[in-house]
Formats: sequence, structure tokens, C-alpha cells
Amino acid sequence: MREMIKLFVVITIFSAVSGGLLTALESGTKERIEYQQLKFVKGPTIKHIMDGCSNDPLVDRFKLLDGKIERSFFVGVFNGKRDAVAFETYGKGFGGDIGVIVAINVETDKIIGIGVTTHSETPGVGSRAQTDPAFGAQFKGLAIDQPFRVKPDGGQIDAISGATFSSRGVCGAVAASSDIYKRLKPKILEKIKS
Amino acid sequence: MAKSVVQEFTKGLWNEIPPFRLVLGLCPSLAVTKTVENGIGMGVAVTFVLVCSNMLISLLRSIIPKQVRIACFIVVIATFVTVVELLMQAFTYPLFLQLGIFIPLIVVNCILLGRAEAFAAKNGIIPSFADGLGMGIGYTLSLTALAAIREIFGSGTFYNIPVFGPSFKPFAFMVQAPGAFICLGLMLCIMNMLSRK
Repeated sequence: MREMIKLFVVITIFSAVSGGLLTALESGTKERIEYQQLKFVKGPTIKHIMDGCSNDPLVDRFKLLDGKIERSFFVGVFNGKRDAVAFETYGKGFGGDIGVIVAINVETDKIIGIGVTTHSETPGVGSRAQTDPAFGAQFKGLAIDQPFRVKPDGGQIDAISGATFSSRGVCGAVAASSDIYKRLKPKILEKIKS
Repeated sequence: MAKSVVQEFTKGLWNEIPPFRLVLGLCPSLAVTKTVENGIGMGVAVTFVLVCSNMLISLLRSIIPKQVRIACFIVVIATFVTVVELLMQAFTYPLFLQLGIFIPLIVVNCILLGRAEAFAAKNGIIPSFADGLGMGIGYTLSLTALAAIREIFGSGTFYNIPVFGPSFKPFAFMVQAPGAFICLGLMLCIMNMLSRK
């Protein structure tokens, strides 16, 4: 009996020490890991669409609650004015979700640029939604307050030939960001100025 | 039986070099050796865990009850692996993305448990340190050698630097799983031939 208690005690102490140590390390590195993930996954896209801003949008970010979902917003400073905000939304593509970051000018409510972050579309076909600059450029300057659809669906965006599904997915993501923007605009304005 | 610390260190570099001589820890060795960068990254991660876990286990060997020693070893190893995982995410994120699932899988790498059970649980802290370091460096060297062959022939580069002219057509076969098996087999064969003399 005493032997068994000893086993319990030893294992318990081992696990507790290990758990405590790891929790401490995790909370210590959390901030940095989050930044690294942003930098390598979303960073290149954000830098690309917010080209020419004078701050680091990855550092200058805030979070807002949208219903139960927490969303990250990245602020861009252009010509000394904090008037650009970018965030990520998802649309249904051909192979799964397509992540799209949309940057919006909060003064004019127009799109500054869009970029695809993550996708699992067919390489060389649907993947051009990410790599073909002409496709994303079509969104530039459009007012966010409108439905986004590809031309075959009666919209304004030229689909990538052979990749209507993927193009539709990107439009869907932009349309979703339009909804989020309309819903959260007062809060965004409040946060961006502070 | 009593070997010097130097011998404990050097045995990991040739006589008992993992994974070739021990033929342990093959799964990650085959999977991550597509590029030299990944090979070295994996090797360094394993070395760190191996040295730390060997030392700690050797230090605690009188406290750990015999009946639950494996569980205790695993807890120690898993803790260090998680430390490595978090640090890699925080400081070398692109490498972490490349190695992916194979970092947490170091926990079940036989080399670690094997060294803990066969060596660290029976020896003092300094020989255990030497053993862990030697085995770790041996593992890193093996992975680097294997990765170098696969990367040079499979993608025509070494550490992402092109080694052949633009007319070189890479053997895509070498970076796939069968290429890894064949490479490993040939290297084992050459090593056995060399040591038979």
C-alpha cells in the first residue's frame, strides 16, 4: 500500500511540475507566437495590399467582438491619417475555404485592396486567385457597400477563366467582409481613432 | 564497463550513430530529410531534447520508482518537446511550419526513450550529458547527410543554393518517400562495408 501511494505521489509531482512549467512558458511566448503567425501567414498579404502605409499594420492591430466571434483588425496609416483598416474573411471555394484580407478606407468606404491568404484551390487554376494580380486589382476602388458577384452570376467581377468557383469564393469572402464592415463600422471608427 | 566521458560522447558519432547503427527513430528521419535545412533543424531539436531529458532523468534516477519509470521518462521528454515546440513557434516560425507534426512526434521517438532507459537511468549526470550530446550530434549528422543527398539529387540544391546549372532536371523521386528508403538503405550498406574491414 505504501509503495502504491509513493507511485501516485511521484507521478503527480512530475506532472504538476511539468504542467506548471509549460503553462508559464506558453503564456510567456503567446504574444510572440501570435505575431509570428501573423507575420508569416497573413503578413505578406497585408503588406502587399497596404503598400505604402507608414506604420506596421501587424503591430497596430485591435480586436473586436462580432457576436461571439473575435476578429482582428489591422490599421494602416496613409499620408499621416489613420483611415485604413484590413481584416480577414472566408468564402467557399472549389477545394475548401478561401481566406481573403480586405483593406477598406473608412473615410470613403472604398476598397483599398484585397489579397488571398490561405486556400486549397487547384494549383495553377484556382490558385491564380492568389497569384494573378489582375484578378484582385478589380476590387480596388469599389465601394464596399454593394453586392459582389462574378459576371456569370450577374455581378461586376471578371472570373478567372476556368476557375469560376474559386473566383466566386473570393467574391463571397469580400461580400462577407462587406457585411461585417457594415455591422461593426461604428466600433471600428471608435477603435481606430483612439 | 566503465568508459570515459569522451568515449560516451564519441560512440554516438560512429559506433552507435543513430539512426544508422541503432536503426531507431526512422520515421522522422525519412520524413523530414527533404532539405538540408529541415534535417539540421530536426537534428538540433532532437539534440536539445535528448541532452536535457538525459540529464534530468539521470539526476532523478534515484527518485523515480522502477514500476512507473517509463511514464516518468515520457513526462520529462514530453515537457522538453513542448518547450522546443513553443520556442520554435516563437522564434523560427517558417521552420516550424516545415517540420510541422514531426516536432510533437519527437516525444515518441525511440532514440529518446531508448537513451533514457538504456543509459541515463543507470549512469551519472556527466556521462548522461555526454551520451545525449553525442547521440544528438550523431543524429543531426545522419539527417544532414541523408538530406544532402536527397536535396542535391531531388531538387538540385544544397541548403537552398542551386548546385547544378539550369539545365539540371531534378529526380523528383528522391524527395518522395521511396527515395528516402533507398537512400537510407544505401547509406547503411556503405557504412557496414566500411566498418567490416
